[in-house]
Amino acid sequence: MLDNILSILIFFPALAGVLGFMIHKDSMRAYGVAVATIEFGLALWLWYAFDNTVAGMQFIEQVALIPTFGINYIIGVDGISLFIIVLAAFFTLIGIASLTDTKNVKNMIITLLMLQMTMVGVFVALDAIIFYIFWELSLVPMLYIIGAWGGPLRIYASVKFFLYTFAGSLVMLVGMLFMAYFYYQATGVWSFAILDWYRLILPENFQLWLFAAFFVGFAIKVPMFPFHTWLPYAHGQAPTIGSVILAAILLKMGTYAFIRFSLPLFPDAATFFMFPIAILAIIMIVYTAMVAYAQEDVKQVVAYSSVSHMGVIILGTFALNVEGITGSIFLMIAHGVVSGALFLLVGVIYDRRHTKMMSEFGGLAHVMPRYATIFGLMMMASVGMPLTINFVGEFLSLLGFYQQSHILTLLAGIAIIVGAIYMLAAYKKMFFGELTNEKNRNLPDVSKRELVALIPLSIITIWLGIYPKPILDPINNSVESIVQLMHDKSTSEEAKKRIPNLAREAGLVTSQEAH
Amino acid sequence: MLEPVNISLESLNIVTLYPMLIPVIGALLILCIDIFKGGLDRTLYVAITLLVLFIDFQTLLSASNVFATEGTVVGVFDMMLIDGLAIISQFIIVGASMFFIPLALSKKQFHESSYPEFFAMFLFTIAGLQFMVATDSLILIFVGLETSSLAVYTMIAMHNRDKSFEAAVKYFTMGALAAGFYSFGAMVFYALTGSVEINQIATVLAANGYADMGYVLVGTVFMLAALGFKVGLVPFHTWAPDVYEGSSAAMAGFLSIVPKIAIFVVAMRLFEFLIHSGVIWLEIVLYIVVVSTMTMGNIWALVQSDVKRMLAYSSISHAGFVMAAILIGTTQSNSALFLYWILFAFTNLGAFSMLWISRQKELPHGQTSDHSYEKFSGMIQTSPITALVMGLFMLSLAGLPPFALFWGKLYIMSSAVTSGYTVLALVMALNSAIAGYYYLKLIVYMFMKDPVDGATGASFSSNASLALKAIIGFAVIGTIFAIIAINPLLEFISAFVYNSGY
Repeated sequence: MLDNILSILIFFPALAGVLGFMIHKDSMRAYGVAVATIEFGLALWLWYAFDNTVAGMQFIEQVALIPTFGINYIIGVDGISLFIIVLAAFFTLIGIASLTDTKNVKNMIITLLMLQMTMVGVFVALDAIIFYIFWELSLVPMLYIIGAWGGPLRIYASVKFFLYTFAGSLVMLVGMLFMAYFYYQATGVWSFAILDWYRLILPENFQLWLFAAFFVGFAIKVPMFPFHTWLPYAHGQAPTIGSVILAAILLKMGTYAFIRFSLPLFPDAATFFMFPIAILAIIMIVYTAMVAYAQEDVKQVVAYSSVSHMGVIILGTFALNVEGITGSIFLMIAHGVVSGALFLLVGVIYDRRHTKMMSEFGGLAHVMPRYATIFGLMMMASVGMPLTINFVGEFLSLLGFYQQSHILTLLAGIAIIVGAIYMLAAYKKMFFGELTNEKNRNLPDVSKRELVALIPLSIITIWLGIYPKPILDPINNSVESIVQLMHDKSTSEEAKKRIPNLAREAGLVTSQEAH
Repeated sequence: MLEPVNISLESLNIVTLYPMLIPVIGALLILCIDIFKGGLDRTLYVAITLLVLFIDFQTLLSASNVFATEGTVVGVFDMMLIDGLAIISQFIIVGASMFFIPLALSKKQFHESSYPEFFAMFLFTIAGLQFMVATDSLILIFVGLETSSLAVYTMIAMHNRDKSFEAAVKYFTMGALAAGFYSFGAMVFYALTGSVEINQIATVLAANGYADMGYVLVGTVFMLAALGFKVGLVPFHTWAPDVYEGSSAAMAGFLSIVPKIAIFVVAMRLFEFLIHSGVIWLEIVLYIVVVSTMTMGNIWALVQSDVKRMLAYSSISHAGFVMAAILIGTTQSNSALFLYWILFAFTNLGAFSMLWISRQKELPHGQTSDHSYEKFSGMIQTSPITALVMGLFMLSLAGLPPFALFWGKLYIMSSAVTSGYTVLALVMALNSAIAGYYYLKLIVYMFMKDPVDGATGASFSSNASLALKAIIGFAVIGTIFAIIAINPLLEFISAFVYNSGY
């Protein structure tokens, strides 16, 4: 069974979703929780069976689909994707478990299960077309979640979300077709397999164009600075569960794809575009942090802060060294946990008051102490307090980029302080001071159902903040092999210099020890 | 005193005519049955039509075996040309027709299906289209084109609504103009080369190095206009939305698939050598037409308020996509054309059948057209399965993977990339994104809006019968599981296209 555990992980939720149509709607929530628990159990089993010492792909499965055109169903997992898969399974579970009263709960749960299929699929796909299939399919459930359960502007928000991403991915598809064609020219065989593409060394000017084509698709998904305009609408209108999944998992598809595609396929182009992208990332960090400070809606604050932190992930990715990339992957998980938790927390208060305006609140710490504590913890984690999960990731990302540019890293570091300002300000407005609004007088504190989601997230936040090693080690192994691959593949002087040669460094160490 | 002509029957190779003769005989049979005993039920005629098409399909299978072993076959004074293109396109024509004709068995009986002549016309149409694709001669193409067109005009008018008459007359007028263009274009080529056979024309033109460039251009433009009218290329598309709106949904679906593939094959035969002649103008003319068809079709589709009109414009845009394959003109792109059209046939069959099952005899109060977007509001709440199926077809039309049409788009875009048409590939990609909007619009109405007050789901499947549901089931399976069929299809098509020299 372990041989095809990845396929089971992908298609089990889909099958369960189809069967879900026959479940009576009163039993639907229990069914959803049961399915998601099994899926999460399978994901944990995958983690357990995963060999931490292996850097390459594990549990590879291969089925021929369209061999004439080089499209095959190839999936596998390595240290980079493993934890995002576990996170996806985890968030679907707590998402369904803590689902508040929604209309058409049956449709919602079936949609979430379908969404889970696409999320797992994206992160295990090792064939560009299979990746593209899941990447595009993930838009449909999200479109429906935002469009059917969202706020007043939900249709505009969902259509904007869909079309923006769809347009970007089509440009990426053209890039993929080019890539396959170049592979065909070089070898005489059509192939869309990523591991085959890794072996292909392209001239730099080709790399630049292809990098740009892939960049459009990925940057819109992340979303990076000038392409981020769909996200505040999507978050603003989406129901809580939609925002949680969107922020925790779906946005990670973009940053993950940068590491899976852009860096190893086009190392020279990645070096060439390193500084422009880093500057975009810093603009993204600073600008969205400032916008977040100006918001009156607490959900928008969380949304913009989420974009801001995605900037740090991009910065770490484009450090092009082991520290930076490891840090950015770790930060993806951290960001998933923390921003997911923050959106859940905003959902808690929205369910009680049906408003997200900070001016309506104030002094909530008096009536909802447990809520205030958890919110405070997550806010601290979001700001990047040491001993919380975000700190590890941010620190490593910035450390990585420090080796490339001191000034830009300093700027990014300052921007994180801005992050502290708006988060603390928002916290103060909501929780401290006198209880002024009478409507808040009798608010109940967090319920058991909400704690089911929030307690595990709090534990993870602190546990991985203090002891990140179990996750960092496998990530590090896989990242080292990717960085080495990038160094070996790069052709330009600049890239050779910027991307460290790990084999040589390791060689130096051993030769020194020999002396 | 004329010499008696002595021809042995073997040299005629009558077997090349069998696939076309079978529907003609079937049509005559239907008319004979009606003479002997009138007033028979439509089920009888549907069954006979299906059986005739089935036999036709069998002869095509044997023809494809002959092609696979012996290569291209000519017959009847070299008028008939049975090559790979002819066989694949006839498979599509006959196969798709087999799926469309059971749509006449709707729950409510509409006017056209009470006439046996309707089914005879249907078979004549198919025979005409089969003649068109299985010949190299401009004259026989013309005969086939007019046979099928005249039958189609009548079939549209038989729907017996004011709008159907309007549609039929409009289509007839435009079709007559196109016929004029066609004969003029053919005349120019005949005057230039002294032949009406496309391969002869190509040889002669290549031999004199396209000396009379101006006339070739005139001939090409007239031919493009004539064929463009028939497939609805911009700017010759104006009839399409009105005709689709006026015809029954089943008929509109048929129009969007079956006649067009025949025209594409003719266009492929004719334009292939013109584009590869090295004369840049011929390519530019086609390039402009292709890009404007894709883009303008999409942009007009954005502003439609009726689903059927939207699908009409979307069909125009899809036709532009497929013409791009002819423009690219490599073996890969020509195979992509057929692949695309087979997948498109499944999806569009489904989409139009879904409109057909929601057809009401009388328009409800306050509704101005049969299939306005508002009609579909909140469908997920009143009839969820129908909404899901319709949504599936919309997503497939939008080119969302892994549904059927995505693979066609992928392969056409790949062929553009492979032959250096990078800009064209990007135009296709962006057009798919634009197209996403109007397909999404229907999904928004179905899934995200609330139902109109007092609406029940009953009207969405009021015209559904077992036959229609079965057809839709086929289309759903074909759309979802297309991924399995791509590899064998691609191998088959590529081999046939390659062996025909395209």
